[in-house]
Amino acid sequence: MLRTIGRRILLLVPTLFGLTLLLFFWVRALPGGPAVALLGERATPERIAEINELYGFNQPLVVQYFTWLGQLLQGNFGVSIQTQRPVTEEFARRFPATLELTVFAIVLAVGLGIALGYWAARRHGKAGDHFAVFASLLGITIPVFFLAYILKWIFAVQLGWLPSDGRQDPRLDATHYTNLYVLDGVMTGEWDAAWDAFQHLILPGIALATIPLAIIVRITRASVLEVQNSDYVRTGMAKGISRSTIRGRFILRNALLPVVTTIGLQVGLLLSGAILTESVFAYPGIGSFLARAIFTRDFPVLQGFILFIAILYALINLAVDVSYSFIDPRVRVQ
Amino acid sequence: MLHTSRRRWLAGAAAIAVGAVVLTACASQREGGGATDDGDGDVDTTFVFGASGDPASLDPAFASDGETFRVARQMFEGLVGTVPGTADPAPLLAKSWEQPDDTTYVFTLEEGVTFHDGTDFNAEAVCFNFDRQNAFTGVAASQSMAYYWGVIMRGFGDDSIYGGCTADSDYQATITLKEPFAGFIPALSLPSFSIQSPTALEEYGADDVGGTEEAPVQSEYGQAHPTGTGPFVFESMSPGEQTVLTAYPDYWGEQGVVEEVIFRVIGDTTARRQALESGSIDGYDLVAPADLQSLEDAGFSLVNRDPFNVLYLGMNQAAPGLSDPKVRQAIAHAVDKQQLITQVLPEGTVAATQFMPEAVIGWNEDVTQYEYDPEAAQALLAEAGYDESNPLTITFNYPVNISRPYMPNPEQIFTNLSSQLEAVGIVVNPVTNEWVEYLDLMQGGSDHGIHLLGWTGDYNDPDNFVGTFFGLQTNEWGFDNPELFGALTEARGLATEDEQEAAYQAINEQIMQFLPGVPLAHPVPTLAFDERVTFYPASPVQDEVYNMVELSE
Repeated sequence: MLRTIGRRILLLVPTLFGLTLLLFFWVRALPGGPAVALLGERATPERIAEINELYGFNQPLVVQYFTWLGQLLQGNFGVSIQTQRPVTEEFARRFPATLELTVFAIVLAVGLGIALGYWAARRHGKAGDHFAVFASLLGITIPVFFLAYILKWIFAVQLGWLPSDGRQDPRLDATHYTNLYVLDGVMTGEWDAAWDAFQHLILPGIALATIPLAIIVRITRASVLEVQNSDYVRTGMAKGISRSTIRGRFILRNALLPVVTTIGLQVGLLLSGAILTESVFAYPGIGSFLARAIFTRDFPVLQGFILFIAILYALINLAVDVSYSFIDPRVRVQ
Repeated sequence: MLHTSRRRWLAGAAAIAVGAVVLTACASQREGGGATDDGDGDVDTTFVFGASGDPASLDPAFASDGETFRVARQMFEGLVGTVPGTADPAPLLAKSWEQPDDTTYVFTLEEGVTFHDGTDFNAEAVCFNFDRQNAFTGVAASQSMAYYWGVIMRGFGDDSIYGGCTADSDYQATITLKEPFAGFIPALSLPSFSIQSPTALEEYGADDVGGTEEAPVQSEYGQAHPTGTGPFVFESMSPGEQTVLTAYPDYWGEQGVVEEVIFRVIGDTTARRQALESGSIDGYDLVAPADLQSLEDAGFSLVNRDPFNVLYLGMNQAAPGLSDPKVRQAIAHAVDKQQLITQVLPEGTVAATQFMPEAVIGWNEDVTQYEYDPEAAQALLAEAGYDESNPLTITFNYPVNISRPYMPNPEQIFTNLSSQLEAVGIVVNPVTNEWVEYLDLMQGGSDHGIHLLGWTGDYNDPDNFVGTFFGLQTNEWGFDNPELFGALTEARGLATEDEQEAAYQAINEQIMQFLPGVPLAHPVPTLAFDERVTFYPASPVQDEVYNMVELSE
């Protein structure tokens, strides 16, 4: 088991190396450079040259690439051109916000997704099932930012039930340790702050969760349908094993395997979905910062953040693979 | 039996969901009503403004962008401010000033002013600040940091036109320049020339910026310890989220009703509008023209700034046809500015006759104008050798997905202008780009034709308009006109406003005869506020200090 994990981690090295190449040249291929974005409409050629010199963008691409790679190996991800703070610092500062939002969205998508998918499969062919299938199709096709604006318009602007933007009411004087605001509020006993932070998660969380939720509903439904018609379930029923055992151990547990794979894939997608969602809700996580970095051609941030996300994604996939072996011991033997 | 339990489970889940929503609603109502009642009666004294980004630095000496200036103006004051509602210089920390000769300025300072750290504001503090900026070296002296000192004083140390500063007494300081510069006093109204506490600057190593050239890092002072004399004191900054300021109890001027200012970062324009509508901010800047009517109908108050900007149609003379003055004149005659303004620009927008707004020194009332006259345009085109069988074909560049104060809706402006040009027989070949790409195209090479661009002035100085546009040969305009470049260089070194007035009037005439582009309009920038904001001190140069904000609830 450990050896498998070790091998997988070693395999990450060439993958990430390839990614640095792709990333670097993709970012450099974006039209317009950071100097122009930084200086605006009245940039003289001298000023553009000065900024390019300052950040080394006037050097040959190959030299720039290897300089960057060399710095990466020393753990130096460079400095954001917009904020002039280290990229690692910017990432660390914003990541808890995105983590909090993503975890909320995953819990929502997985919890509701499995429940609804299972429920739909059990009502196979009936109205509830048709409704679930239709709703999940709608969930997959509706663009995230569109849904985000609609949710905000209804629940924040028209009804005023939920906050429209940010992570916490700025008027609250909340204490922060972990920068996971809900957790911080609970830890310090500042219930107002925790509740306020939680409210700020609801709308962006729903927007972010919609697509994975819809996918999980469909996968769970299909998987449960397949398993509940299999021979061993029928045999089990014939032998008079209790319904709850059949549902829990026989059907749900076996049906979950493809669902777990899907969840792993969706977590990666959530991180990219966060770019749109966070921008719409002015939610200060890595997504909204990355969106701004694209607009301002903040090369170091683009390269650094995407690399961080790739590493995270790889680690999550590894975790998913490992969790397989707990759900299905056959995987472990192989 | 099982069915019953499942139903019960579902009903329970539904009840929880409904309960959560109801609770949430109660909580937000409670928040709405429960303001921080520590001011006058029932007024919530916290003013929340929706900003589009964080301040780049808390040290105004290293500031050059609008978002940074907005925050700096609350905490800092310079020797010179502006007359409220105008771009004209007015006394601030300096009660008055005299100019005994072309290069000497004697400032008489306000007495009884203290910095936020309790130290006294005096002539020595003034000299300390000017000497400090002139002494910047390395990264601090680069154009990405102390931009305005570099531009206004034309360099640092011995290279600059700064001659020195002496404290004649506690409350009188004399600043000398090495050469005459009429724009000096108006330039001092920029937040970059704020007077900061020398004690705090030294204590928190304000000059220690950036370890290396390619990785400049703000000093400890610039990250967390800004110390000025303004009505608000720095409280905290959470990058990407908000910057919080509180009222300075010992402020020398009038403190006003606002006791806490929160600049909330909301990058997306639509998100800013929705934040106002949902009550999470009290106001925001640069309202999109498309939102004006609906916001007004919904009861929000709209505040217009006097436009201190210009939108123009640039004509790149390196592009085919455009080097011919007849063609440029034809295009100028083909444009109906009034139609453009009525149809696509915000209400209150004024047509431009030259490349600067009327408030700027040197604006010329009698400048040559090219009236809307499609027939004259066609005649000029014919003279230049273009007719129906051989029409003038030009590339029209414009940016997309961007809104600037001088150009709120480039797509609509383009559509309007291109139909006007087509009406006189010009074939328009539209080329669109995203903003950064667009700027790169304008500045990076000659591969563009006629284009939309503009500028908002920083302070009342004609060089800040026509000097930045036409001071030297650029890719944007693609012409070489040594006569014009020379006139602008000369005008920059004039000593008094009277001399400037005459020189720039002549320059404006010279420009309009040469016609490098068509000045189109001075669009009105609009801010939107919650009803409870009863007064906002709108300023054409955004010199808006929130001790003047008035709140009703």
